[in-house]
This record gives sequence, C-alpha cells and structure tokens, in this order.
Amino acid sequence: MSRPSVQREPRPPGLRGATRVLLERELDLAWSGGGGPLLACGFFVCLTAVLPLAVGGDFRTLGPVAGGVAWLALALASLLSLERLFERDLEDGALDLLALGHLPMEAVVMIKALAQWIAVGVPLGLTAPIAAMALGLPPGLAPLTALSALIGGAGFALTGTLGAALALGARRGGLLIAVVVLPLFIPPVVFGAGALERASSGQSPVPALAFLGAYVLFAAVITAFASAAAVRNAQE
Amino acid sequence: MFGLSNPQRFMAFTGPLTPILWGLAVVLLAVGSWLSFTVPADYQQGETVRIMFVHVPAAVWGLGAYAALGVSSFFALVFRHALADAAARAAALPGAAFTALALFTGSLWGKPMWGTWWVWDARLTSVLVLFLFYLGYMALRASIDDEQKGARAAAVLGLVGLINLPIVKFSVDWWNTLHQPASFLTPGSSGLDPVYLPPFLTMLAAYGVLFLALWLTAIRTEVRRRRVVTLRARQALEA
Amino acid sequence: MIHTLTLADLTVIRGERRLFKGLNLELKAGQALALTGANGAGKTSLLRAIAGLLRPDAGTIAFRDGDGNLLDERTARGREVHFLGHQDALKTGRTTREELGFQCDWLGHTQHGFDHAAEAFGLQPLLDLEVRRLSAGQRRRLAMGRLIGSPRALWLLDEPMAPLDVRWREAFADQMRRHLDADGLIVAAVHDPLPIPVRTLDLGGLG
Repeated sequence: MSRPSVQREPRPPGLRGATRVLLERELDLAWSGGGGPLLACGFFVCLTAVLPLAVGGDFRTLGPVAGGVAWLALALASLLSLERLFERDLEDGALDLLALGHLPMEAVVMIKALAQWIAVGVPLGLTAPIAAMALGLPPGLAPLTALSALIGGAGFALTGTLGAALALGARRGGLLIAVVVLPLFIPPVVFGAGALERASSGQSPVPALAFLGAYVLFAAVITAFASAAAVRNAQE
Repeated sequence: MFGLSNPQRFMAFTGPLTPILWGLAVVLLAVGSWLSFTVPADYQQGETVRIMFVHVPAAVWGLGAYAALGVSSFFALVFRHALADAAARAAALPGAAFTALALFTGSLWGKPMWGTWWVWDARLTSVLVLFLFYLGYMALRASIDDEQKGARAAAVLGLVGLINLPIVKFSVDWWNTLHQPASFLTPGSSGLDPVYLPPFLTMLAAYGVLFLALWLTAIRTEVRRRRVVTLRARQALEA
Repeated sequence: MIHTLTLADLTVIRGERRLFKGLNLELKAGQALALTGANGAGKTSLLRAIAGLLRPDAGTIAFRDGDGNLLDERTARGREVHFLGHQDALKTGRTTREELGFQCDWLGHTQHGFDHAAEAFGLQPLLDLEVRRLSAGQRRRLAMGRLIGSPRALWLLDEPMAPLDVRWREAFADQMRRHLDADGLIVAAVHDPLPIPVRTLDLGGLG
C-alpha cells in the first residue's frame, strides 16, 4: 500500500506485446458486439439465397455469374460491421486511450484492420466457396475462390477501415461508409471475380491474383496514413 | 502562386479576373458551337459526331476538376490552409456537373451508335466511377456537422481518391479486356479526322475556361460565406 | 521521466471561438495545477492539447526531463502521460477484469500494477461484473485504475472527482498526494477545489 506511484518504472508492453493486447481486445469486441462474423456470414448466405429467387434457379443462368455474384456479396458483407470499428471508441473516449499508448495511431488503425480481417474477412472467405458452389460454380474452383476471397477480404478490411475512419463523427455513418468505400472496392472486385472467370475459361488466374495482392499492399500503405490522419482529425 | 494563398490578395486578384474568364468562356463556347455545327457530318457516325464536341471536353474537365480537388486537398491537409480547402470544396460541384454531362451525352451518343442508352465499356464505366468519387466526397462533406472536421475528412478522401483513380481506371480497363468489347470507333482517339480538330480543340478550351470561371466564382463565394459566418459568430458573442 | 511541463504562448481556437491566447505556464515534478473557469472556457481543450489529442493553433508544449533535456513529444505522451477524460473509455459489454487488464497492458504496467490498481480503488468485488452493471462512480474508479496500474508521470484529469462519493474522493485525493510525493505532475480541470495543495489557473470564460 505504501507504494509510491511513479518511482517504480512501468514495464512497457513492447511493440509485439502492445499489438497482441490490442488485437485481442479488438477480436473480443468484434465477436461479442452483435456477433460480427456470424452476422456477416448470415448476410452473405442470405444474399446468395435471394439471387436464385430473383433470377431463377436454373444453373445455366446462375453458373456463369456464380463467381461474380459471390464477389459482389463478399464486398457488401464486408461493409456490415465497419461502423463499429471506430465510432464506439470515439463515443466512449477509448480512442483517446488508444492514442496515448506506445504504438502510433498508424499502427493502431492497422491492428484494427487486421482484426477486422480476422473477424469478418476470414469467415467470409471460407463461406465464399460454399456460396459460389451453391450457385453452380464448378467445385474445382472452390480452392481458388477461397484463396482469392481471403486476399480480397484483406483489401476490403483495409479500405473499409479507411472509410470507417473518414466517416467518424458523421450522421448516418454506416450509409456514408458504403458510399465512400464501394467505389474503392472496385479494383478487388474486378480482380477477384476476374481470377475466377479466367480460371473457369481455362486461363491462368495468376495475373489477376497478382493484381489483387498488389492492391492489398497498396491499400495497406494508404490506409495506415490516411486513416490515422482521419482518426486524429475526428478526435480534435 | 503562394502569394495568392492570402485570402485578401486572392479576392483582389480574382475579382477582375473572374468576369474576364466568364466572358472568354462565353466567346469560346459560341465559336466552338458554331464550328461544331458547321463541320461536315462524319461518314461513319453521321451527325452524332457533333455530340463528341460536348462529351469529350466535359469528360476531360470532369477529370481535371477532380485533379484540382485532389491537389487542393493535399495543400489543405499539409499546410492547413483555409483557401486550399475552399478550393477543394468549390471544385466538387462543377466537377460532378461536368462528369454528369459527360455521362448524359455519352448515353445520347450511345443510342444511335450502339443501339442502346448505356454500354458497359471501359470509358463510360470509368467516367461513372469518377462520378461516384464525387458523390462520396460531397456526401462525406455534407454529413459531418463540425465544418472544420468535415473539411479535413473530405480532404483526406479527396487525396485518397486522387491516388486511387488511376488504379480504379486500370482495373476497369483490365476488366474490359476480360469481357472483350465490341470494337467501335472510340471518341477523341487518334482516329479523329483532322477536319474535326478546330471545333474539338475550341470546345476543349471553352470547357476548360468555363470550369476555371465556375471554380473561381465558387471559391469566391465560399470565402465570402466564411466571412459572413465569422461575422455572425462575432456578433453573437458581443450580443 | 517528465520533470517539467512547459506551455509557451499557447493559443487554441475552436470553430469561431478563441478559447485562450498566449498562455504561458511551467509545471514541475511534484506540483499540481487546477484549471478553473466557466463551462466552455477551454479547460478540456487545454488538457487535450497537452495530451496531444488537439493541435494548438499557436505556441508550443514541451516536456523536459530532470536535466532539462527536451523529450520527444510522441514518446513522452506514449509513455508518460495519462489522460482521464470525462468519458471513462470503457466497453460496456466487457468485464471489469478485462477492461482494467487492457488499460494496464496497453499503457504499460508494473509487475503488480493490476492488483495495486484493483486494491487502490476497491475494484476486487467488481472484477467479474460487466461494465454495464457498474454505477457511474464505479466506472470512474475503474477508469482511474490505469493511473495506478500503469505509473506515468503526468496526470491530465478532466473533472476526475465528479461521479465519486465522499469516501472515494478522499481515497483519490490520497492517491494524488502520493503521486505528487513521488515527483509526479497533475493538471486537473475542476469545478470544486481539489483537496490537495495546488496552483490554480483560471481560464475565465463568459460564464
């Protein structure tokens, strides 16, 4: 009890430690707050189920568009939980706490994007081949669907993080995020769906996957700096 | 250039410049329109070739306006300068209007040429995406109540959009090769007959000057609006 | 370690209002400063500016160590500054244990930081309760836990006592005294006088 409060040096968590601590918290919040991944996957499956009901259940109609529809549904499902990414932390003051840790805000937003990918992108990526096959995609393309969806999901998570940071403090934030982010989702959708299309017509999907990967790397750089700037701006 | 970043000097300099630009825009538009209607019709496209004299300049300056928006956003972010922010904000609406005009005229041209109002070719799709970028920028700006914060968030988005546009354009072009479009005569390409150059270049210049005139007018309005806001706030404090 | 906090010619403008202009201040280890003034006078903004959460429109904020060397701002804030705003920065769906643990881990804790914090603010009986079940005073005590669990030299406190009852006000005053005795610094925005020896800076305001 007679411990002086300042003299004992605190043990800094270190970069790895701080990353792990924040990642665990973000994943916990993603899982507990409204069921995150289950909700996104449920939405994904719903979209997949509605399509045949809208255009007819004939595989001759559905088959050619299965990959593309899966990618569209993936992009839309990725939007779902973006709003909670920063907005709640801003409202309850936790963003100030995150700003005063050992890690710079650029690292904080990247960890949040990583958590978003693990919590939403990966489950969606694993659901994607099942949904696509239900629409008539040849089972042989399932591994490629999963792989491309996992890479593309990282792009969606990064770009989505940027949109969530930009929309901080906005009215109707969720809707705004969609309007801001969807145009930026065009490249991953084009390359991802393109990879499936090329593969199904017997061409190599590698160039499309390479473009997809390049987009993810590019999005990572932009997201780190632009989201950190947007978050700091919202905090002022 | 940087001397103009002072709002007073900017207002003093652009005060007489703006009406000159408006006058020049009207003259160029008149001459360009006259040239556009007097050149002979194209042997392939017929009379519809004249739509190009509106469509291509509108598309070019719709893109140019986004460049102006993005570069202004950059200066607004880095130097935190209010005038640069006013410039970014002022470029959005004329830019969106030009882009919408390009989409509309593209559609008008498509009907006789392709037999349909809309074709998912790379060029039209890119212009549509550009329009979506404008939409996102204006929506973001309008939804944040704190004006200063909204301005800075919009500036980040404007800059991100500027960096992203080439990538989106690349992906759309790549998408287009994947879907093997029907080959047709692309507007404004090297295939343009030299006889169409005078009207085309005049209209290109006319739209450029028109954009400058609209832009400067909008910046001046924005500067004045801010002065009014400041004055009102001061009055409210003194009351 | 932060030994001196120096504000020089600090100006903060919010929207169309100038909150304060040309503010000069020096605070040394072992000293506390109470910020007073009407609502909207800029107490919170000054705290946020010191914490680096708000960029001042003019002037400088400097942190120096005992030898007078200038500390890197980013490092000083990331390692030696606590900001306790009027929001508690707690997640309602998580337990007291999880939230206190996160605060201590994220900010960097001493070996028994968590236990000391729980003990100092009587959090043990609350550890397995979710934050949404806590009262305003209990939440504030939980938020204060990080001050003890993760020792940092400069405490920036925004109305820290407001939700606390008499007993915990005294306990917190005791913690502040210890912090100052251990060469800590405190800047607190307050309405009521602080129960510790302080200098006062009145930011005035229009009332």
